[in-house]
Parts: sequence; structure tokens; C-alpha cells
Amino acid sequence: MTARLFWMGWLFHVKTLTNSLFFVLVSVLQPIIFASIAFFMVESGNQAGTLLYVALGAGLMGIWSATLFGSGGAIQWQRWQGTLELLVGAPPPFVAVLLPLTVATSTIGIYSVVATLAWGRLFFGMPLDFAHPLQLAVALPTTVLSLGMLGLLLASTFVLYRNANAFSNLLEYPVWLATGLLVPLTLLPGWVAPIGWVLSPTWGMRAIRQAAFGGNAWPEIALCVGLGIAYVALGALALRNFERLARSRATLSLT
Amino acid sequence: MRVFFVGGGISYRALFNWIQPGMYVATMLGSPLFQILFFTYLGRYAGSQDDAFYIVGNAMQVAAMAGIYGMTMGIANERQYGTLQPLLATPANRLAIFSGRALPFIANGIAVSVFGFAVSWLLLDFRPAEGSVPALAVAIVITTSSCVALGMLIGSIGLRARDVFFGANLVYFLMLLVCGVNVALDDLPGWLAAIGRCLPLTHGIEAAREIASGAALGDVAGLLGTEALIGLAYATAAYVLFRVFEAEGRRRASLETY
Repeated sequence: MTARLFWMGWLFHVKTLTNSLFFVLVSVLQPIIFASIAFFMVESGNQAGTLLYVALGAGLMGIWSATLFGSGGAIQWQRWQGTLELLVGAPPPFVAVLLPLTVATSTIGIYSVVATLAWGRLFFGMPLDFAHPLQLAVALPTTVLSLGMLGLLLASTFVLYRNANAFSNLLEYPVWLATGLLVPLTLLPGWVAPIGWVLSPTWGMRAIRQAAFGGNAWPEIALCVGLGIAYVALGALALRNFERLARSRATLSLT
Repeated sequence: MRVFFVGGGISYRALFNWIQPGMYVATMLGSPLFQILFFTYLGRYAGSQDDAFYIVGNAMQVAAMAGIYGMTMGIANERQYGTLQPLLATPANRLAIFSGRALPFIANGIAVSVFGFAVSWLLLDFRPAEGSVPALAVAIVITTSSCVALGMLIGSIGLRARDVFFGANLVYFLMLLVCGVNVALDDLPGWLAAIGRCLPLTHGIEAAREIASGAALGDVAGLLGTEALIGLAYATAAYVLFRVFEAEGRRRASLETY
């Protein structure tokens, strides 16, 4: 029952999000633009030969953006469409209804990785040589899944705030920085790195780079899984509390 | 004059009345701050230019956030929220209605840009050449006004297009690539650089960089003049489109039809 709910919900939301022009922008065009900027910057600087590094980073930036805007905005969109009460009032736990949605938002982020790799290959002659394809095949979906679970935690904190989607605009760049997606953490002040340790994109990015450039990605993959489980546990807890508060304050459907 | 000032002011307040001050700060100040930090650190990693290149480029470009998103919404939201028909039913001067909406966004864009330079001074040790601040202020005012003109054009298209915000987002991000914000025009393919030279921001950023490194206002008069002319061209095109779509909307009874 739960597996079917997850599968059908995930499929429905992947299709819905794929039809949204906004998500085409966030998960395809924006990563391509950012990848192009980074490609030109590293090519004209002293980091030539790091195009694949940049393409993977820009791809993961797209996954984060899709998760952030998708998970943050999902609750608000359900509010605007008047379906939030129906979802909260449905027999399955709200967390079981919401998780497929947040995982779907990170799933469409895969378009970002495909788009930036294809863009780099076609227009910048970037070689697509991956050291450990098997590890990459595990690292990428694990990263996407853990980001979807992080999305659940975000969504559970956004559910009570009517203008929470405005926070999404604020959180995009800082997480790109703190998780070292494009800029190595060694260049940033020392206090930034510990912030990244609790964010799964940090470990997902490291796993994908280990798999692509050579190294052992399994410890980072395990960390992604561990963090994902923690996000779901925290998200479920927070969601139950927020749901209770929203019901008692009657703020669930206020826009 | 009343339509110009009061109408523009009300339109601006209507845009932000739904948002709390904290949200305004997060969107209009927080996001630009992190954009500047992100590209400056990325620039340090790439090693192609010095910090000032990215700071000036991005501190000028963040004005486009108010200019493009704000101005687009300032016009296109009239249609989305169903206020376009009553607005166009009034006998008020169209030029005053249209241009009055721009003024608050120009002020907002200037404030965001100044904030960008201030935090760069504070956090990134950005130090423009001594005595360059007044000339830099002139560059900011002209460039922000040009960006608002581009926002007016997109907003006017929003009187007809179904999803104008997709266009506004796309233009905003493309400006990061083609306007010399983070990549010098010489490092771009010729056709991309040519697109950038036809857009607002490009010449303004170039002028601001020269000013920040010590050039006098007179030295960059040509660049700033070009920037102003580009802005004027976009504003004219925007107003013409506004009038055309108004006339078409009346003729076909499709003012608020999507």
C-alpha cells in the first residue's frame, strides 16, 4: 500500500513538474547557463581541464534548486489550488503523501545533470570519462533520493509559513557554497565546512566526484543514506507537530 | 504628475503588500549578497580575474532583480490580478501610468546595488579608487534605469504572453552570462558577446569597472551614454508594445484572456 502510494505519487508529480515551464527553467536552462558561466571562467583562468568537475557541480546545483523550489513551493501551490486540506485530511499519514512529492522534485533535477553533461560534451568538447561507472550509477540516485528527503524536511518547516517560498530565493546560493558544489570548501572561511557536513548535497557531490575521477565513493554514499534517513525521521516528527499546530490554529489553508 | 507619482507608488506598494519586511530583506538583499559571494569565490577558484571584476559585475547586475522581476510584475500583474481592465478604462495619461511604475523600481534597484557594493566593502575587502564613489553612483543610476526599461519591455509582453515570468527569469539568468557580469566579453564567443552588447547592463558594468579602478566620469561618458541610449530604446519599445497590446486587447476583447 505504502509502496504503491509512493510510486503513484512520485510518478504523478514527476509528470506534473516536467510539464511546468518554471521547472524546465530551474532544472535545465538555469544549470546550463550556470555551467556555461563556470566553463568560460575556468577556461580563461588557471583551472583548465576541470570541465567535468564543473559540469557535475552545475548539475547538482540544478538538483538542489529543483528540490528547494519544488519542495518549498509545493505546499504553497497546494494551498493556492485548495488541495492542501485534502492531502492533510487523506487517510494515509501526511508524510507518506508528501515524500513522493519532494523526491519527485529532486528527481527532475536529474535533467540538470544530463543537461550540463550533454552541454559540456557538445559545446565545450568535455570528455565523459568516468573512473567508476558502477559507483556513479549508485551515487547519483542515492544523492537524488537523499535530496528528496532533505526536501521533506524543508517542506515540513515551510508548511506553517505562508510566505515561506520567499526563503527559497535566499537558500539557493548559500547551499551551493556551503556544500562545495562548484567552489572548493578550502577557499571558504573555516566555519562554512561544518554547515555542509549536515547537508546531503555535500556528500552526494563528493561521492559523484569520487566515482567520476577515481576514488572510493562508498563511504560518501553511506553518509548520504544515513543523512536521508535522519531527514525523514526529523521531517516526519516536524510534520506531525506542524500539522497539529496548523489544525489548532486553523492556518493550514491561509494564503 | 499625480498619476505618475501616486499611481507608481501604489503599484509598487501593491506588489510588496503581501510580503513581510523580513521576506523583502531575504529576497531583495539576502539573495543578491549571496550571489556576489558565490561568484567572487568561484572567480577566486577559476583564477581568471581579480575580486573587483566579480564584485562590480554582480553588484551592478543585482539591480536587475528589482528592474526586471519587479517591473515585469508591476505591469504584467495588472492582467494576472484582474485590474488591467479598470486601469485601462480610466482616461489617465498612458505614458504617466506606464512610466510612473518605473520610478520605485529604479529606486529599489539602486538601493540593492548600493547594498551590494557596501557588503562587498565590508566582507570582501572591496576598495574602489579614491573619489570614485560619485561617478560610480552615476553609473548605478543609469544602468539600473536601463535594466528597468528591459523589465518594462518584458512586462508589456506580459500583457499578451501566457507565462511572462518564464521570460523574466530566463533573461535575468542570461544576463549573468552575456553581459560581462562574470565572464569578460572577450572570453565569450562573438555571437554571445554581440547579444550582450545589445542588452542593458553590459556597457554600464564596463563603465563601473573603469570607474572603480580610477577612471573619471568623463573617461566613461561614451559607455554610459551608450547604456542610457540602450535603456531609452528598450523603454520606447516597451511603451509602443504597451499601446499596441492595449489597442489589440480592446479590439479583440482579449485584455485579460489567457
